[in-house]
Amino acid sequence: MRFVQYLGEIVILAADTFHSLFTRRLRWKLFLNQIVEIGLLSQLVVVITGGFTGAVFTAQTYFQFHKIGMGSAVGAVVSVAILRELGPVLTALMVTGRVGAAMSAEIGTMKVTEQIDALRALAVYPTDYLVVPRALAMMVSMPLLVAECIAVGIAVGYFVAIFLLEVNGTYYMANMVRWTRSRDIIMGLSKAFCFGILIVFISCHKGLTAREGAVGVGRATTEAVVNASLAVLISNFFLTMLLNIIYPAGYQ
Amino acid sequence: MIAVHGLVKTIGAQEILRGVDLDVARGETLAIIGRSGGGKSVLLKHLIGLMRPNAGEIWIEGQNIIDMSERNLAAIRQKVGILFQGSALFDSMTVAENIAFPLREAGERDPKVLRKRVSEMLDVMELQGHEEKMPVNLSGGMKKRVGLARSIIRQPSCILYDEPTSGLDPVVSDSINRLIRRLQQRLGVTSIVVTHDMKNAFHVADRIAYLHEGQIYFQGTPEDLRQSPDQLIQDFLLGRSDEQLTPKAFGVES
Repeated sequence: MRFVQYLGEIVILAADTFHSLFTRRLRWKLFLNQIVEIGLLSQLVVVITGGFTGAVFTAQTYFQFHKIGMGSAVGAVVSVAILRELGPVLTALMVTGRVGAAMSAEIGTMKVTEQIDALRALAVYPTDYLVVPRALAMMVSMPLLVAECIAVGIAVGYFVAIFLLEVNGTYYMANMVRWTRSRDIIMGLSKAFCFGILIVFISCHKGLTAREGAVGVGRATTEAVVNASLAVLISNFFLTMLLNIIYPAGYQ
Repeated sequence: MIAVHGLVKTIGAQEILRGVDLDVARGETLAIIGRSGGGKSVLLKHLIGLMRPNAGEIWIEGQNIIDMSERNLAAIRQKVGILFQGSALFDSMTVAENIAFPLREAGERDPKVLRKRVSEMLDVMELQGHEEKMPVNLSGGMKKRVGLARSIIRQPSCILYDEPTSGLDPVVSDSINRLIRRLQQRLGVTSIVVTHDMKNAFHVADRIAYLHEGQIYFQGTPEDLRQSPDQLIQDFLLGRSDEQLTPKAFGVES
Protein backbone atom coordinates (compact mmCIF):
# COMPACT_ATOMS: atom_id res chain seq x y z
CA MET A 1 0.00 0.00 0.00
CA ARG A 2 2.82 2.39 0.91
CA PHE A 3 4.57 1.48 -2.35
CA VAL A 4 1.45 2.42 -4.34
CA GLN A 5 1.24 5.72 -2.44
CA TYR A 6 4.95 6.34 -3.15
CA LEU A 7 4.44 5.69 -6.87
CA GLY A 8 1.39 7.96 -6.84
CA GLU A 9 3.37 10.79 -5.25
CA ILE A 10 6.09 10.50 -7.89
CA VAL A 11 3.53 10.48 -10.71
CA ILE A 12 1.82 13.57 -9.21
CA LEU A 13 5.20 15.33 -8.93
CA ALA A 14 5.97 14.46 -12.56
CA ALA A 15 2.53 15.65 -13.75
CA ASP A 16 2.91 18.88 -11.76
CA THR A 17 6.37 19.44 -13.25
CA PHE A 18 5.23 18.88 -16.85
CA HIS A 19 2.26 21.18 -16.21
CA SER A 20 4.63 23.88 -14.92
CA LEU A 21 7.01 23.27 -17.80
CA PHE A 22 4.37 24.16 -20.37
CA THR A 23 2.41 26.83 -18.49
CA ARG A 24 4.93 28.78 -16.35
CA ARG A 25 7.97 30.83 -17.23
CA LEU A 26 11.26 28.95 -17.21
CA ARG A 27 13.97 30.24 -14.86
CA TRP A 28 16.78 30.18 -17.44
CA LYS A 29 19.59 30.88 -14.99
CA LEU A 30 18.63 27.93 -12.79
CA PHE A 31 18.18 25.73 -15.87
CA LEU A 32 21.64 26.62 -17.21
CA ASN A 33 23.19 26.06 -13.75
CA GLN A 34 21.67 22.58 -13.76
CA ILE A 35 22.94 21.90 -17.29
CA VAL A 36 26.44 22.65 -15.98
CA GLU A 37 25.89 20.56 -12.85
CA ILE A 38 24.31 17.56 -14.59
CA GLY A 39 25.70 17.68 -18.12
CA LEU A 40 29.08 19.36 -18.01
CA LEU A 41 30.42 18.14 -14.66
CA SER A 42 29.32 14.52 -15.22
CA GLN A 43 31.41 14.11 -18.37
CA LEU A 44 34.59 12.79 -16.79
CA VAL A 45 32.69 10.07 -14.93
CA VAL A 46 30.76 9.13 -18.07
CA VAL A 47 33.84 9.09 -20.32
CA ILE A 48 35.76 6.84 -17.91
CA THR A 49 32.74 4.55 -17.52
CA GLY A 50 32.19 4.30 -21.28
CA GLY A 51 35.89 3.89 -22.09
CA PHE A 52 36.71 1.09 -19.65
CA THR A 53 33.43 -0.74 -20.24
CA GLY A 54 34.06 -0.66 -23.99
CA ALA A 55 37.62 -1.91 -23.46
CA VAL A 56 36.77 -4.80 -21.18
CA PHE A 57 33.71 -5.84 -23.16
CA THR A 58 35.71 -5.89 -26.37
CA ALA A 59 38.43 -7.99 -24.77
CA GLN A 60 36.05 -10.53 -23.24
CA THR A 61 34.04 -10.87 -26.44
CA TYR A 62 37.23 -11.33 -28.46
CA PHE A 63 38.51 -14.05 -26.12
CA GLN A 64 35.38 -16.11 -26.81
CA PHE A 65 34.85 -15.25 -30.48
CA HIS A 66 38.52 -15.79 -31.36
CA LYS A 67 38.20 -19.48 -30.44
CA ILE A 68 35.66 -20.03 -33.19
CA GLY A 69 37.42 -17.78 -35.69
CA MET A 70 35.03 -14.86 -35.46
CA GLY A 71 37.41 -12.22 -34.07
CA SER A 72 36.40 -9.62 -36.65
CA ALA A 73 32.72 -9.90 -35.58
CA VAL A 74 33.58 -8.41 -32.19
CA GLY A 75 33.00 -4.84 -33.43
CA ALA A 76 29.38 -5.52 -34.30
CA VAL A 77 28.63 -7.15 -30.95
CA VAL A 78 30.36 -4.40 -28.95
CA SER A 79 28.67 -1.63 -30.90
CA VAL A 80 25.13 -3.02 -30.64
CA ALA A 81 25.51 -4.01 -26.97
CA ILE A 82 26.86 -0.61 -25.93
CA LEU A 83 24.26 1.27 -27.96
CA ARG A 84 21.25 -0.73 -26.79
CA GLU A 85 22.15 -1.67 -23.19
CA LEU A 86 25.50 -0.87 -21.64
CA GLY A 87 25.75 2.80 -22.58
CA PRO A 88 22.32 3.92 -21.32
CA VAL A 89 22.29 1.73 -18.19
CA LEU A 90 25.82 2.44 -16.98
CA THR A 91 25.50 6.17 -17.66
CA ALA A 92 22.20 6.25 -15.79
CA LEU A 93 23.73 4.46 -12.78
CA MET A 94 26.69 6.86 -12.70
CA VAL A 95 24.42 9.91 -13.03
CA THR A 96 22.21 8.55 -10.25
CA GLY A 97 25.23 8.32 -7.95
CA ARG A 98 26.62 11.72 -8.86
CA VAL A 99 23.62 13.90 -9.64
CA GLY A 100 20.64 12.13 -8.07
CA ALA A 101 22.36 12.05 -4.68
CA ALA A 102 23.26 15.75 -4.91
CA MET A 103 19.71 16.72 -5.90
CA SER A 104 18.17 14.80 -3.07
CA ALA A 105 20.66 16.12 -0.49
CA GLU A 106 20.34 19.75 -1.64
CA ILE A 107 16.54 19.80 -1.74
CA GLY A 108 16.35 17.74 1.48
CA THR A 109 18.58 20.24 3.31
CA MET A 110 16.38 23.08 2.06
CA LYS A 111 13.35 21.20 3.36
CA VAL A 112 14.63 20.58 6.89
CA THR A 113 16.01 24.14 7.26
CA GLU A 114 12.62 25.67 6.30
CA GLN A 115 14.03 27.13 3.05
CA ILE A 116 11.27 25.44 1.06
CA ASP A 117 8.68 26.90 3.46
CA ALA A 118 10.39 30.26 2.87
CA LEU A 119 10.00 29.80 -0.90
CA ARG A 120 6.30 29.02 -0.43
CA ALA A 121 5.85 31.97 1.93
CA LEU A 122 7.43 34.24 -0.71
CA ALA A 123 4.77 33.09 -3.20
CA VAL A 124 7.17 30.85 -5.13
CA TYR A 125 5.85 27.40 -6.03
CA PRO A 126 8.65 24.91 -5.08
CA THR A 127 8.04 22.65 -8.10
CA ASP A 128 8.50 25.60 -10.47
CA TYR A 129 11.67 26.76 -8.75
CA LEU A 130 13.37 23.51 -7.75
CA VAL A 131 12.09 20.64 -9.88
CA VAL A 132 11.36 22.14 -13.32
CA PRO A 133 14.93 23.40 -14.03
CA ARG A 134 16.42 20.10 -12.83
CA ALA A 135 13.97 17.96 -14.81
CA LEU A 136 14.47 19.91 -18.02
CA ALA A 137 18.25 19.95 -17.62
CA MET A 138 18.20 16.19 -17.02
CA MET A 139 16.03 15.57 -20.10
CA VAL A 140 18.49 17.56 -22.23
CA SER A 141 21.70 16.25 -20.63
CA MET A 142 21.04 12.53 -20.31
CA PRO A 143 20.78 11.70 -24.05
CA LEU A 144 23.95 13.72 -24.66
CA LEU A 145 25.82 11.99 -21.83
CA VAL A 146 24.70 8.58 -23.07
CA ALA A 147 25.77 9.48 -26.62
CA GLU A 148 29.16 10.48 -25.26
CA CYS A 149 29.49 7.27 -23.23
CA ILE A 150 28.55 5.16 -26.27
CA ALA A 151 30.94 7.01 -28.59
CA VAL A 152 33.86 6.67 -26.18
CA GLY A 153 32.99 3.02 -25.45
CA ILE A 154 32.95 2.06 -29.13
CA ALA A 155 36.09 4.08 -29.91
CA VAL A 156 38.07 2.56 -27.04
CA GLY A 157 36.75 -0.91 -28.01
CA TYR A 158 38.08 -0.33 -31.54
CA PHE A 159 41.54 0.63 -30.28
CA VAL A 160 41.70 -2.36 -27.93
CA ALA A 161 40.63 -4.73 -30.71
CA ILE A 162 42.95 -3.33 -33.38
CA PHE A 163 46.09 -2.40 -31.41
CA LEU A 164 46.05 -4.82 -28.45
CA LEU A 165 44.24 -7.87 -29.80
CA GLU A 166 45.42 -7.43 -33.41
CA VAL A 167 42.05 -7.89 -35.08
CA ASN A 168 41.90 -6.86 -38.73
CA GLY A 169 40.69 -3.26 -38.67
CA THR A 170 38.95 -3.30 -42.05
CA TYR A 171 36.80 -6.34 -41.26
CA TYR A 172 36.16 -5.07 -37.74
CA MET A 173 34.80 -1.75 -39.08
CA ALA A 174 32.91 -3.38 -41.96
CA ASN A 175 31.09 -5.76 -39.62
CA MET A 176 30.37 -3.03 -37.10
CA VAL A 177 28.88 -0.72 -39.73
CA ARG A 178 26.95 -3.55 -41.35
CA TRP A 179 25.28 -4.77 -38.16
CA THR A 180 24.74 -1.43 -36.40
CA ARG A 181 21.54 0.33 -37.43
CA SER A 182 20.17 3.78 -36.74
CA ARG A 183 17.41 2.14 -34.70
CA ASP A 184 20.07 0.97 -32.21
CA ILE A 185 21.09 4.59 -31.71
CA ILE A 186 17.46 5.69 -31.33
CA MET A 187 16.85 2.93 -28.78
CA GLY A 188 19.86 3.97 -26.68
CA LEU A 189 18.88 7.63 -26.68
CA SER A 190 15.21 6.82 -25.93
CA LYS A 191 16.31 4.83 -22.91
CA ALA A 192 18.56 7.70 -21.82
CA PHE A 193 15.61 10.09 -21.87
CA CYS A 194 13.43 7.70 -19.85
CA PHE A 195 16.17 7.01 -17.29
CA GLY A 196 16.77 10.76 -16.90
CA ILE A 197 13.10 11.27 -16.06
CA LEU A 198 13.14 8.42 -13.53
CA ILE A 199 16.31 9.70 -11.81
CA VAL A 200 15.20 13.31 -11.52
CA PHE A 201 11.72 12.64 -10.14
CA ILE A 202 12.81 9.94 -7.68
CA SER A 203 15.64 12.15 -6.39
CA CYS A 204 13.62 15.37 -6.16
CA HIS A 205 10.72 13.55 -4.48
CA LYS A 206 13.03 12.11 -1.82
CA GLY A 207 14.46 15.58 -1.18
CA LEU A 208 11.05 17.23 -0.96
CA THR A 209 9.83 14.64 1.54
CA ALA A 210 12.97 14.59 3.73
CA ARG A 211 12.33 14.88 7.48
CA GLU A 212 14.06 14.92 10.84
CA GLY A 213 17.22 16.96 10.29
CA ALA A 214 20.59 15.72 9.13
CA VAL A 215 19.69 12.04 9.67
CA GLY A 216 16.59 12.50 7.50
CA VAL A 217 18.59 14.14 4.71
CA GLY A 218 21.13 11.30 4.82
CA ARG A 219 18.36 8.73 4.67
CA ALA A 220 16.61 10.55 1.82
CA THR A 221 19.84 10.69 -0.18
CA THR A 222 20.59 6.99 0.30
CA GLU A 223 17.02 6.02 -0.58
CA ALA A 224 17.09 8.26 -3.66
CA VAL A 225 20.23 6.57 -5.01
CA VAL A 226 19.01 3.04 -4.21
CA ASN A 227 15.50 3.59 -5.57
CA ALA A 228 16.66 5.37 -8.72
CA SER A 229 19.29 2.67 -9.43
CA LEU A 230 16.71 -0.09 -9.00
CA ALA A 231 14.21 1.83 -11.13
CA VAL A 232 16.80 2.13 -13.91
CA LEU A 233 17.64 -1.58 -13.84
CA ILE A 234 14.03 -2.78 -13.63
CA SER A 235 12.63 -0.34 -16.19
CA ASN A 236 15.52 -1.24 -18.54
CA PHE A 237 14.13 -4.76 -18.97
CA PHE A 238 10.65 -3.50 -19.82
CA LEU A 239 12.01 -0.76 -22.08
CA THR A 240 14.14 -3.35 -23.89
CA MET A 241 11.12 -5.58 -24.47
CA LEU A 242 8.93 -2.67 -25.56
CA LEU A 243 11.46 -0.85 -27.71
CA ASN A 244 12.54 -4.11 -29.36
CA ILE A 245 9.07 -4.31 -30.89
CA ILE A 246 9.46 -0.83 -32.36
CA TYR A 247 13.20 -1.03 -33.11
CA PRO A 248 14.00 -4.75 -33.51
CA ALA A 249 17.61 -5.83 -33.07
CA GLY A 250 19.66 -7.42 -35.83
CA TYR A 251 20.00 -7.08 -39.57
CA GLN A 252 16.56 -7.10 -41.17
CA MET B 1 -7.99 41.76 8.24
CA ILE B 2 -7.39 38.26 9.67
CA ALA B 3 -10.04 36.06 11.29
CA VAL B 4 -9.58 32.52 12.58
CA HIS B 5 -12.60 30.39 13.51
CA GLY B 6 -12.52 27.00 15.25
CA LEU B 7 -9.06 26.02 14.02
CA VAL B 8 -8.17 22.42 14.84
CA LYS B 9 -4.86 20.76 14.03
CA THR B 10 -3.72 17.28 14.95
CA ILE B 11 -0.19 16.06 14.29
CA GLY B 12 0.13 12.32 14.78
CA ALA B 13 -1.81 11.48 17.93
CA GLN B 14 -1.32 14.94 19.44
CA GLU B 15 -4.01 17.60 19.18
CA ILE B 16 -1.99 20.81 18.82
CA LEU B 17 -4.82 23.32 18.19
CA ARG B 18 -8.25 22.61 19.69
CA GLY B 19 -10.54 25.23 18.20
CA VAL B 20 -8.63 28.52 18.05
CA ASP B 21 -10.72 31.68 17.50
CA LEU B 22 -8.90 34.92 16.78
CA ASP B 23 -9.52 38.28 15.11
CA VAL B 24 -6.85 40.77 14.10
CA ALA B 25 -7.86 44.23 12.90
CA ARG B 26 -6.08 46.11 10.12
CA GLY B 27 -3.00 47.96 11.41
CA GLU B 28 -3.12 46.20 14.76
CA THR B 29 -0.21 44.34 16.36
CA LEU B 30 -1.22 41.16 18.14
CA ALA B 31 1.26 39.17 20.22
CA ILE B 32 0.47 35.48 20.70
CA ILE B 33 2.15 34.20 23.84
CA GLY B 34 2.22 30.78 25.42
CA ARG B 35 4.51 28.05 26.63
CA SER B 36 7.10 26.44 24.36
CA GLY B 37 5.60 23.61 22.33
CA GLY B 38 2.11 25.03 22.82
CA GLY B 39 1.30 25.38 19.12
CA LYS B 40 2.07 29.08 18.57
CA SER B 41 4.30 28.52 15.54
CA VAL B 42 1.85 25.94 14.17
CA LEU B 43 -0.92 28.54 14.40
CA LEU B 44 1.25 31.13 12.64
CA LYS B 45 2.11 28.74 9.79
CA HIS B 46 -1.61 28.13 9.26
CA LEU B 47 -2.15 31.86 8.74
CA ILE B 48 -0.04 31.82 5.58
CA GLY B 49 -1.17 28.40 4.37
CA LEU B 50 2.10 26.59 5.13
CA MET B 51 0.10 24.05 7.14
CA ARG B 52 -3.42 22.74 6.54
CA PRO B 53 -5.83 22.40 9.50
CA ASN B 54 -8.09 19.43 10.24
CA ALA B 55 -11.02 21.80 10.77
CA GLY B 56 -11.82 25.49 10.98
CA GLU B 57 -11.60 28.60 8.82
CA ILE B 58 -8.95 31.26 8.20
CA TRP B 59 -10.10 34.47 6.55
CA ILE B 60 -7.53 36.91 5.17
CA GLU B 61 -8.88 40.11 3.62
CA GLY B 62 -12.26 38.48 3.08
CA GLN B 63 -10.96 35.25 1.52
CA ASN B 64 -11.10 31.87 3.21
CA ILE B 65 -7.68 30.37 2.51
CA ILE B 66 -8.41 26.85 3.76
CA ASP B 67 -9.59 25.41 0.47
CA MET B 68 -7.18 27.37 -1.71
CA SER B 69 -4.68 25.41 -3.80
CA GLU B 70 -0.96 26.03 -3.28
CA ARG B 71 -0.82 28.06 -6.50
CA ASN B 72 -3.83 30.20 -5.59
CA LEU B 73 -2.30 30.95 -2.19
CA ALA B 74 0.46 32.90 -3.98
CA ALA B 75 -1.81 35.97 -4.20
CA ILE B 76 -2.39 35.88 -0.42
CA ARG B 77 1.28 35.29 0.30
CA GLN B 78 2.22 38.40 -1.63
CA LYS B 79 0.21 40.37 0.94
CA VAL B 80 1.55 38.53 4.00
CA GLY B 81 5.24 38.37 4.94
CA ILE B 82 6.68 35.98 7.51
CA LEU B 83 9.87 36.01 9.57
CA PHE B 84 10.77 32.41 10.41
CA GLN B 85 12.12 31.43 13.81
CA GLY B 86 15.37 30.20 12.24
CA SER B 87 15.28 32.99 9.61
CA ALA B 88 15.22 30.36 6.79
CA LEU B 89 17.63 32.32 4.60
CA PHE B 90 18.64 30.72 1.28
CA ASP B 91 22.11 29.49 2.18
CA SER B 92 23.38 29.46 -1.41
CA MET B 93 22.70 33.19 -1.83
CA THR B 94 24.39 36.29 -0.43
CA VAL B 95 22.58 38.73 1.89
CA ALA B 96 21.80 41.04 -1.06
CA GLU B 97 20.52 38.15 -3.20
CA ASN B 98 18.33 36.93 -0.34
CA ILE B 99 16.79 40.37 0.12
CA ALA B 100 16.30 40.90 -3.63
CA PHE B 101 14.81 37.42 -4.13
CA PRO B 102 11.09 38.36 -3.75
CA LEU B 103 11.50 41.24 -6.20
CA ARG B 104 13.27 39.07 -8.77
CA GLU B 105 10.56 36.45 -8.46
CA ALA B 106 7.94 39.17 -8.96
CA GLY B 107 9.60 39.90 -12.32
CA GLU B 108 11.86 42.85 -11.48
CA ARG B 109 14.99 42.53 -13.63
CA ASP B 110 16.46 46.06 -13.68
CA PRO B 111 19.75 45.84 -11.70
CA LYS B 112 19.53 49.54 -10.78
CA VAL B 113 16.08 49.16 -9.23
CA LEU B 114 17.13 45.98 -7.42
CA ARG B 115 20.30 47.60 -6.04
CA LYS B 116 18.34 50.67 -4.87
CA ARG B 117 15.64 48.66 -3.13
CA VAL B 118 18.16 46.33 -1.49
CA SER B 119 20.20 49.32 -0.32
CA GLU B 120 17.08 50.89 1.23
CA MET B 121 16.38 47.67 3.10
CA LEU B 122 19.99 47.39 4.27
CA ASP B 123 19.67 50.96 5.64
CA VAL B 124 16.43 50.19 7.48
CA MET B 125 17.92 47.02 8.97
CA GLU B 126 21.31 48.64 9.69
CA LEU B 127 23.07 46.00 7.60
CA GLN B 128 25.11 48.22 5.25
CA GLY B 129 28.45 46.62 4.41
CA HIS B 130 27.20 43.06 4.89
CA GLU B 131 25.45 42.64 1.54
CA GLU B 132 28.04 40.28 0.02
CA LYS B 133 28.22 37.98 3.06
CA MET B 134 26.79 34.46 2.96
CA PRO B 135 24.17 33.56 5.63
CA VAL B 136 26.57 31.10 7.29
CA ASN B 137 28.83 34.04 8.19
CA LEU B 138 26.08 36.08 9.91
CA SER B 139 25.21 36.27 13.61
CA GLY B 140 21.73 35.26 14.83
CA GLY B 141 20.54 38.86 15.06
CA MET B 142 21.81 39.70 11.58
CA LYS B 143 20.08 36.65 10.13
CA LYS B 144 16.79 37.78 11.70
CA ARG B 145 17.21 41.24 10.19
CA VAL B 146 18.03 39.84 6.73
CA GLY B 147 14.99 37.55 7.01
CA LEU B 148 12.85 40.52 7.96
CA ALA B 149 14.21 42.61 5.10
CA ARG B 150 13.36 39.77 2.68
CA SER B 151 9.82 39.58 4.11
CA ILE B 152 9.04 43.28 3.82
CA ILE B 153 10.77 44.28 0.57
CA ARG B 154 7.55 43.67 -1.36
CA GLN B 155 5.68 45.83 1.16
CA PRO B 156 3.15 43.32 2.50
CA SER B 157 0.06 44.53 4.34
CA CYS B 158 0.65 42.01 7.15
CA ILE B 159 3.82 40.64 8.75
CA LEU B 160 3.98 37.46 10.83
CA TYR B 161 6.91 37.13 13.25
CA ASP B 162 7.80 33.68 14.62
CA GLU B 163 9.83 34.12 17.82
CA PRO B 164 11.70 37.19 16.54
CA THR B 165 13.91 37.46 19.65
CA SER B 166 14.53 33.80 20.50
CA GLY B 167 18.19 32.88 20.90
CA LEU B 168 19.35 36.51 20.90
CA ASP B 169 21.11 38.41 23.68
CA PRO B 170 19.08 41.16 25.47
CA VAL B 171 20.72 44.02 23.53
CA VAL B 172 20.07 42.46 20.11
CA SER B 173 16.55 41.47 21.27
CA ASP B 174 15.90 45.09 22.16
CA SER B 175 17.14 46.25 18.74
CA ILE B 176 14.78 43.74 17.05
CA ASN B 177 11.86 44.98 19.20
CA ARG B 178 12.60 48.58 18.20
CA LEU B 179 12.86 47.51 14.58
CA ILE B 180 9.43 45.85 14.71
CA ARG B 181 7.94 48.99 16.30
CA ARG B 182 9.63 51.21 13.70
CA LEU B 183 8.24 49.08 10.86
CA GLN B 184 4.74 49.32 12.30
CA GLN B 185 4.97 53.09 12.48
CA ARG B 186 6.63 53.46 9.08
CA LEU B 187 4.61 50.93 7.05
CA GLY B 188 1.39 50.82 9.11
CA VAL B 189 1.19 47.06 8.64
CA THR B 190 -0.86 44.52 10.56
CA SER B 191 1.49 42.37 12.65
CA ILE B 192 1.20 39.08 14.50
CA VAL B 193 4.13 38.30 16.78
CA VAL B 194 4.47 34.81 18.23
CA THR B 195 6.73 34.84 21.26
CA HIS B 196 7.34 33.55 24.74
CA ASP B 197 9.55 36.55 25.51
CA MET B 198 7.26 38.78 27.62
CA LYS B 199 9.49 41.83 27.18
CA ASN B 200 9.13 41.41 23.43
CA ALA B 201 5.33 41.01 23.72
CA PHE B 202 4.83 44.07 25.95
CA HIS B 203 7.16 46.17 23.80
CA VAL B 204 5.48 45.59 20.44
CA ALA B 205 1.85 44.54 21.06
CA ASP B 206 -1.39 46.52 20.98
CA ARG B 207 -3.15 43.37 22.12
CA ILE B 208 -1.97 40.06 23.55
CA ALA B 209 -3.52 36.60 23.17
CA TYR B 210 -2.46 33.75 25.46
CA LEU B 211 -2.55 30.32 23.79
CA HIS B 212 -2.95 27.56 26.32
CA GLU B 213 -3.57 23.87 25.61
CA GLY B 214 -4.52 24.57 22.00
CA GLN B 215 -7.05 27.32 22.71
CA ILE B 216 -7.00 31.09 23.19
CA TYR B 217 -7.20 31.32 26.98
CA PHE B 218 -6.99 35.11 27.22
CA GLN B 219 -7.20 38.13 24.88
CA GLY B 220 -6.71 41.75 25.89
CA THR B 221 -4.40 44.72 26.05
CA PRO B 222 -0.98 44.39 27.67
CA GLU B 223 -2.38 46.27 30.66
CA ASP B 224 -5.34 43.84 30.95
CA LEU B 225 -2.85 40.99 30.93
CA ARG B 226 -0.72 42.53 33.67
CA GLN B 227 -3.79 43.18 35.84
CA SER B 228 -5.35 39.76 35.28
CA PRO B 229 -5.99 37.95 38.57
CA ASP B 230 -5.90 34.58 36.78
CA GLN B 231 -3.34 32.31 38.46
CA LEU B 232 -2.28 30.62 35.19
CA ILE B 233 -1.53 33.96 33.55
CA GLN B 234 0.31 35.33 36.56
CA ASP B 235 2.41 32.16 36.73
CA PHE B 236 3.32 32.60 33.05
CA LEU B 237 4.11 36.31 33.43
CA LEU B 238 6.29 35.72 36.48
CA GLY B 239 7.85 32.56 35.05
CA ARG B 240 6.66 30.39 37.96
CA SER B 241 6.63 26.62 37.53
CA ASP B 242 4.52 24.27 39.63
CA GLU B 243 7.02 21.48 39.17
CA GLN B 244 9.20 20.84 42.22
CA LEU B 245 12.68 19.83 41.15
CA THR B 246 14.40 18.08 44.02
CA PRO B 247 18.18 17.59 44.25
CA LYS B 248 17.48 13.91 43.50
CA ALA B 249 16.16 14.93 40.08
CA PHE B 250 19.69 16.10 39.27
CA GLY B 251 21.22 12.89 40.60
CA VAL B 252 22.34 14.57 43.85
CA GLU B 253 21.58 12.79 47.12
CA SER B 254 20.48 15.19 49.87
